[in-house]
Order: sequence, then structure tokens, then C-alpha cells
Amino acid sequence: MAIITMRQAISDALWEEMERDPKVFIMGQEVGVWGGTYAVTKGFLDHFGEKRVKDTPIAESAIVGAGIGAAMVGLRPVSEIMTINFAFVAMDHIVNEAPKMHTMFGGQMSVPLVIRTAGGGGRQLGATHSQTPDAVFAHFPGLKVVSPGTPADAKGLLKAAIRDNDPVLFIEHAAMYQIRGEVPEGDYTTPIGVSKVQREGDAVTIVTYCKGLQLSMAAAEQLSQEGIEVEIVDLRSLRPLDMGPALASFKKTNRAVIVEEGWPSYGVGAEVATRLYEAAFDYADAPIKRVAQKEVPLPYNAALEQFALPQVDDVVAAVKEVL
Amino acid sequence: MALKKKDHLELYRQMVLIRRVEERSAELYQAGKIGGFLHLYIGQEAVSTGIVSVRQPQDRIITAYRDHGVALNVGISAKAVIAELLGKETGVSKGRGGSMHMADVEKNFWGGHAIVGAHLPIAAGMALGDQYEGRDGVTICMFGDGATNIGFFHEGVNLSKVWNLPVLWLCENNQYGMGTAVDRASAVEQIHMKAEGYGIPHSRLEDGMDIMKVREVVGAALDHIRSGKGPYFLEVMTYRFQGHSMGDPQRYREKDEVTKWEKSDPIGIYHRYIVGEKIATKADLDKIEEAVEAEVNEAIEFAEASPDPGFDTLYDYMYASKE
Repeated sequence: MAIITMRQAISDALWEEMERDPKVFIMGQEVGVWGGTYAVTKGFLDHFGEKRVKDTPIAESAIVGAGIGAAMVGLRPVSEIMTINFAFVAMDHIVNEAPKMHTMFGGQMSVPLVIRTAGGGGRQLGATHSQTPDAVFAHFPGLKVVSPGTPADAKGLLKAAIRDNDPVLFIEHAAMYQIRGEVPEGDYTTPIGVSKVQREGDAVTIVTYCKGLQLSMAAAEQLSQEGIEVEIVDLRSLRPLDMGPALASFKKTNRAVIVEEGWPSYGVGAEVATRLYEAAFDYADAPIKRVAQKEVPLPYNAALEQFALPQVDDVVAAVKEVL
Repeated sequence: MALKKKDHLELYRQMVLIRRVEERSAELYQAGKIGGFLHLYIGQEAVSTGIVSVRQPQDRIITAYRDHGVALNVGISAKAVIAELLGKETGVSKGRGGSMHMADVEKNFWGGHAIVGAHLPIAAGMALGDQYEGRDGVTICMFGDGATNIGFFHEGVNLSKVWNLPVLWLCENNQYGMGTAVDRASAVEQIHMKAEGYGIPHSRLEDGMDIMKVREVVGAALDHIRSGKGPYFLEVMTYRFQGHSMGDPQRYREKDEVTKWEKSDPIGIYHRYIVGEKIATKADLDKIEEAVEAEVNEAIEFAEASPDPGFDTLYDYMYASKE
């Protein structure tokens, strides 16, 4: 297995899918001449040409809306929204159009569209550019929401998303493009809506995804040195949400911590905790603990921003609290 | 393309069919058999009938929430339309869409869409699909005057010019966005002038109550687009005789105004034309009206006798991907 960055894994997935299927194309702000604001599509324009690598105006509704239309008539577009903070501008198309076409027209039309976007804080971009509103999008039936935590999953899940016949919101983390990980050789897909145990342990179950996985893995290393072995379940997809591995793990450890970067109120942690309680209340030996961002619009000041964001130490502390 | 007698009779039949279906739908609504919103097309029949009669089979059509006219024009049966209004499984959208969401993809009709202006970027994407695949179809996107004041309009229309997409922007100016008159909502009363700002050729048909004139201008616009010259913007002046939807008390209109427009009833105009030009006799047209009456009666019986969708089918159209 090769060790590559998240950026490379995502780029490879897009490249290989465009090579595999001529109906796959990408569009978005700066995906072409610029090569992608996160350099994910560098070199794509030269290789695939303007027909398949389409620079768009700064017009998010058009980027997603045109993606929906093209998908309805048989193409497989990947619409890139530069950051998830701009997805609010295209909210109607993301949550109110794409996910409803199939249902509302009695199955006549489908929307095999991928909306790629990057979220997350920690880069001193201020409150409007640093959000992790994943739960907002995961709220809507009909939309699939995927957010990988490793390069291997990023590649496999993006390929699966492109081949999926439904609209998929694919959320990357802007601060994770440099992280490295083992990626299998050759073509493979990772199923959407299947959680995965990323580290085995018996003391506490950590349920997490995306950047939270990185925090949790680092916390697990620290805890291991103290003889505490946590089990880490990576959700990978927020909708459909596969609770199987998390539930099995909770029944084994009887304790859970949920780690996410978004705000806790009405968040992923709230959903996961409720589902654990609903299905396995009798197995709980301690209240389920949530680790998340503090409930403020993120400040610009670097120290304050880091203080507001969940850190490895917060995960370590939460695990010790539930022990 | 000159019309033969049978063609004229067919167009007349379609206009009368729209009128009767809608008049009877209003009754069904008042009887509590149709729920939700019901936006009637009465008064605007010449527009959709004219458009659909000059499009080629490869030309897609997509419209807003006032969609019953197009639905009947493309050949969706009165049975399937009324069954949809009643929410039945036999409805064109299997009872999932209702009045505002009728489509028949087989007939290249891509639906009524209920969020004002949201379908314009989608139409651009459908046109992109044809351009991408090298097909010569034109996407005809119908919308009301009200839609031209929302951001979606500007994003979609701009993109169509940037990418030179084969799309006909067709504004049905019925002079009211809900109860707000055009001159109170739009900075320019001549809606087609908005296209000037995007470098798109445009024109206005003052008499959209005359199907012959609608056919002429739409036909010319489609030829223009098909010759590879990019998008075209057409504004067609028309008038809805009913309120915005059922339950609209219409306090915003003066009686004189309504009376004046009723004199230009598109069905009356076409009737006078057909008889005046000796294309057919009044008796021929009477026969059509009787046949339509019977057809609509039968459709209502069919719809009322049709089953509701089963509870076990609730999730049937959530996802197009069946695992």
C-alpha cells in the first residue's frame, strides 16, 4: 500500500473516475485554471480539457443547480463548493431540490450528483469561514452526507459517491489535506453508510468521524500509554447513518464518548448519543459524553480559536470522565 | 410549419382540455378533495400549448409550479393529472408530488418546480447535459415574472451565456407575482430587458393570448438557439384569470382590468380564428368540447376510484440507488 496525502487520495479518486467514465465531470470555482483552491484538481484542465473541468462564476446556486440538471439528464457531475460556509448560499439546491427530485416525481428522475466541499476551523479565517455544520445537511432525508477521516476512506468513498445514483454531499476538512495514510493500490470503493472500527479497545467507545478521528487516534495513543485502550468507531457517513459498529462497541465497553468538530447543540453527537441510549440504555455504565466545539462563532485570534475547538486533551479528559 | 386542419383541432382540443381540467379541479378543491395549493393556469393556455406544439421531441421542457397546462400539452392524460391532484397512486407522480410537481420524463417534460426560480439553474444544467453530449435539443425553461427578481434567475441566466448553453428562457409575464404587480416588484417592467444585462438576445410578445403568435415567436427562438447561437430570452405577455392559487381573494386587482383581459380569452381568440379562417366549423369545435367534457368526467371517475399509495410504499422513492 502506498502512503499518500488526503489531497492526493481525493485527487486520485476524481482523476480515476473521470478516466473511467466520460460522463463524470467537475465544475466549481477555480477548479480549472487555478487547479483548485486546495490544489485537488491541479493538472486536470490540461489533461481533461474545458469540457470536463469547468470553471464557474462565484454563484453557488448555479454550481449546484446546474449539477442537478446535468445529473437529471444522465451525466455524473461533481460540483465543488469551495467551502461549506458557501453552501448556505446554495442551501435550496442542496437540501430542497437535489434530495427531493426522486421522491417528488415518483421515481422518474434521479440526481447522481456529488457536491464536494471542505469544512472545519482552525485556520484563523473568522466566524463565517470556519464552520462544521455537517449536522445541518445530515438532517435532510434524500441527501447522503459523507465525511472521511483517512486518505483510504476519502478515496474509496469519493469513488462510491460518484458512482451512487443519489445526491451525495462529500465533506472534506480543510485542515486535513496534508495528513498521510495508507491507501490500497488499484480501483476500490468504500461503501456509503457503513461505519468502521478504526482502532480496537475495551475501555471506552469513541464514536467520531472526519477531523474527530484524527483527534481520537492521537488521544488513544496517549491513553494507551496509561493502559487505557479505547475503541474508535468512525462513522464515515452521517446519512445514511450506520450505528451497527458503534452499538456493538458500546455494548462491549459500556461507555461512550462522541467526538465531533461541530457545535454540540442539535449535532452529530446528540444524534449518536440518543441512538445509543434508545438501543442500549441498559448497557450504559456512565453517561455518554460529547466532545465538540464551544458554542460561539469562532474567533479570529489563534489562541482563542484553538480554545474553542475540540483538542486531543479534551478527548483524553472525556474518556477519563466516563471511565 | 403550416398547420393542417387536424393540427388546429388538436391544439384547440388541448386548450379546452386544460380549461376544463382546471375548472373541474377548482370544484374538486372546493369540495375538499384536492389539498395543498392549486395554482390554476386558466387564461394562459395559449402559451404552453403554443410552446409545446412547436418544440421538437428532443427539446426538454421544464416549468414552475403552475404546471398543469404543460402536463396536459405534452400528453400526460387527464386521468394521471387529476389522480395526482387527488394524491392517488395512479397520479403522474404517484401521489408524491401533487399539483406543483408533475413530470413525464418519457415525454421530455422535466417537471413543475415549486420554489420560485430554483429550476432556472437546473434548466441550465439540463442544457449543459445536451451540449456536453453533443445533442441538438434545446431546454425550454418556463417561469413567471416573479421569478426574475430572485437570485437564482440571475445565476442561471448568467451561466447560460457564459457557457453558451442551448436554453430558451421563457418568461410568462402574467403580471403578478402572487398579488404583487410587476411594476411594484421589478426594477424594469419590460422583463426581457433583464437579458440585455447578460448579453442574451431577447424580445417580448405583447399578445401571448394568441396561440398563433406564440408559436411564431417560440419557433423562431428555438431556431436561433438550435443554430448554435446560445441562449435566447423571450417574454410572453399573458394573464391569469384566476387568483394566484385557490383561496386568493384577489383584492389587488380592479374589476375593469379583469374584464378587459377576459375579452382576450385565448380559447375565444383561437375559436374565432379557426372559424373565421374557415379552417373548421363551429360544429367541429363543439364536438371537440363535448369530447373533452366526457374525457374529463371519465378522468375524475378514474381518479376518485384510484387507490391511495400504500403505507408500505412510503420509502419507495427515497433513494434511486437500491442496495
